[in-house]
Amino acid sequence: MKQGIYTIGHNRPLTADVWEMTLLGDTTPITAPGQFINIKLEGLFLRRPISVCDWDGEKLTIIYKVVGRGTAQMSRMAPGEKLDVLAGLGNGFDVQKCGEHTLVIGGGVGVPPLYGLAKALLAAGKKVTAVLGFNTAGEIFYENEFKALGVDTVVTTVDGSYGVKGFVTHGLPERYDYYCACGPLPMLKAVYNAAPTSGLLSFEERMGCGFGACMGCSCETKYGNKRICVDGPVLEKEEIIW
Amino acid sequence: MVDTKVTLSGIVLDNPVIPASGTFGYGKEFAALYDINCLGTFSFKGTTREARFGNPTPRIAECNAGMINAVGLQNPGVEAVIARELPVMKEFFHKPVMANVSGFSVEDYAYTCALLDKEEQVGWLEVNISCPNVHNGGMSFGVDPRAAAEVTAAVKAVTTKPVYMKLSPNVTDIVSIARACEEAGADGISLINTLLGMRIDLRTKKPVIANKMGGFSGSAILPVALRMVYQVYEAVQIPVIGMGGVSSAEDVIEMMLAGATAVEVGAANLVNPYACRDIIADLPRVMEQYRINNLTEIIGGAHHG
Ligand SMILES: Cc1cc2nc3c(=O)[nH]c(=O)nc-3n(C[C@H](O)[C@H](O)[C@H](O)COP(=O)(O)OP(=O)(O)OC[C@H]3O[C@@H](n4cnc5c(N)ncnc54)[C@H](O)[C@@H]3O)c2cc1C
Ligand SMILES: Cc1cc2nc3c(=O)[nH]c(=O)nc-3n(C[C@H](O)[C@H](O)[C@H](O)COP(=O)(O)O)c2cc1C
Ligand code: FES
Repeated sequence: MKQGIYTIGHNRPLTADVWEMTLLGDTTPITAPGQFINIKLEGLFLRRPISVCDWDGEKLTIIYKVVGRGTAQMSRMAPGEKLDVLAGLGNGFDVQKCGEHTLVIGGGVGVPPLYGLAKALLAAGKKVTAVLGFNTAGEIFYENEFKALGVDTVVTTVDGSYGVKGFVTHGLPERYDYYCACGPLPMLKAVYNAAPTSGLLSFEERMGCGFGACMGCSCETKYGNKRICVDGPVLEKEEIIW
Repeated sequence: MVDTKVTLSGIVLDNPVIPASGTFGYGKEFAALYDINCLGTFSFKGTTREARFGNPTPRIAECNAGMINAVGLQNPGVEAVIARELPVMKEFFHKPVMANVSGFSVEDYAYTCALLDKEEQVGWLEVNISCPNVHNGGMSFGVDPRAAAEVTAAVKAVTTKPVYMKLSPNVTDIVSIARACEEAGADGISLINTLLGMRIDLRTKKPVIANKMGGFSGSAILPVALRMVYQVYEAVQIPVIGMGGVSSAEDVIEMMLAGATAVEVGAANLVNPYACRDIIADLPRVMEQYRINNLTEIIGGAHHG
């Protein structure tokens, strides 16, 4: 984990309330897809945790949904403005643990970290299939970005306005040997119950610090008590207690 | 050269800045970021007799200029703290540390303190009496002068280390609690713990915190903390450790003028992991700005003249 000042590269809407932002600065603290950053915003006490969607030598990309004061404030920021960020938080997805054909399953703003993961899996020579779930056609983002990586991509919408009608569990392919999932809790639970293989699931929790100091984000697992912010957000299927 | 040293019950601190219990773990996460030997000392996570998972999540809510936590004293229990955490801590922290203790009965407090008393690394015991008393209908020890005195006496009986009683601000008369602790033999008073508060989520129309209520702390509580430190300083002869909303060198000096011998920093560490290091680095500049040569000389300065 490292604190740094990052400069906003671009900040653009992908849908009515989902935005993509790039942050220019030191990306060396990021060591695995699925890690997150914690962003200090002017006038707000706690930092806001947001997953890293993608990163390279000079910038990282985040995708966030406007749901409250902090994310609304972020959507009003302009390129060139600076943000105080704690980067490289959490364990992220362990690409070594993933299978030769890994399914990445994302729901809503759970999709972003799976993009960086898909890239890392491909770089490790693994086959990747993506199942991306949204409520409705207007909320879909990053379908083309996944396809551009050469990933087989299935999109599901709850209202059936695009792709497969239903939840991500309705879009699961026949064959795969591992999965990685990120999304709202009911989705994670449904995937846990529907997918027969082993997998990794990424969780959210309200955070005080994001780096292990406050015990605000604890959860009980079969492997003992864990802090979502440092021992997670990614947990193994086998350890999860619902 | 300004002098930032203060003395807390015979132990000299290089400076008065102390990360507050529950916001600094056992120091590990911060030692990975900077050399925490720059601190006066630190108060480690509240330790209880048995291991505790704490409260269900969500445990954290944001407020204007502060936060609510309802962690519920998650810790591995005193035996595991001594066997696992203290030896690791010794590797990166070479000063006496402050052991923060909680309990749910007088016996719990005495048991935990007796074990920590044997640990050479421990310089002081900071006894948090904001916890519910299971033998007294769950009312906190810290809201009743008699219960507070009982805990103080029980702890003093099992330790030779200086005992700082950490008071809850959720009382009508903080002075009577502080006096009761002093009369029962406390070596010092630590205050304030968090203020009971809550938030409601407009989307779900339910409390944000699973436990409904929690402890409010952070910048917003500084004036309340300062007032209580000021009142307690006037009422007791023993040293006071002040805390509540401190996030800058200026705040440290303000607390000391109110009567604090040393100053703890809590929630600020969670937002800026370097908060204490930065405050310590900034102290000489702020001292010079206000023509302060020696921090010890300003303790309680707002009361005199
Ligand atoms: C590890 C992790 C990764 C995340 N990644 C993303 C992402 O890639 N894209 C995205 O859009 N969102 C993500 N979130 C959720 C995001 O943190 C919240 O949507 C955001 O904090 C809301 O802030 P706000 O000020 O707009 O909302 P408010 O409701 O005003 O926030 C009030 C407080 O509640 C906290 N909070 C509110 N919702 C959540 C939530 N769902 N999870 C945790 N804390 C919350 C805020 O951080 C803040 O402290 C992630 C959360 C976690 C824990
Ligand atoms: C997340 C969190 C956990 C805390 N845990 C403890 C604890 O275990 N024992 C204790 O005596 N105080 C605990 N406190 C209270 C702080 O030590 C401090 O008294 C209080 O937060 C006021 O200081 P602040 O405004 O600087 O945060 C905790 C505070 C926070 C924010
Ligand atoms: S958010 Fe503080 S320990 Fe995880």
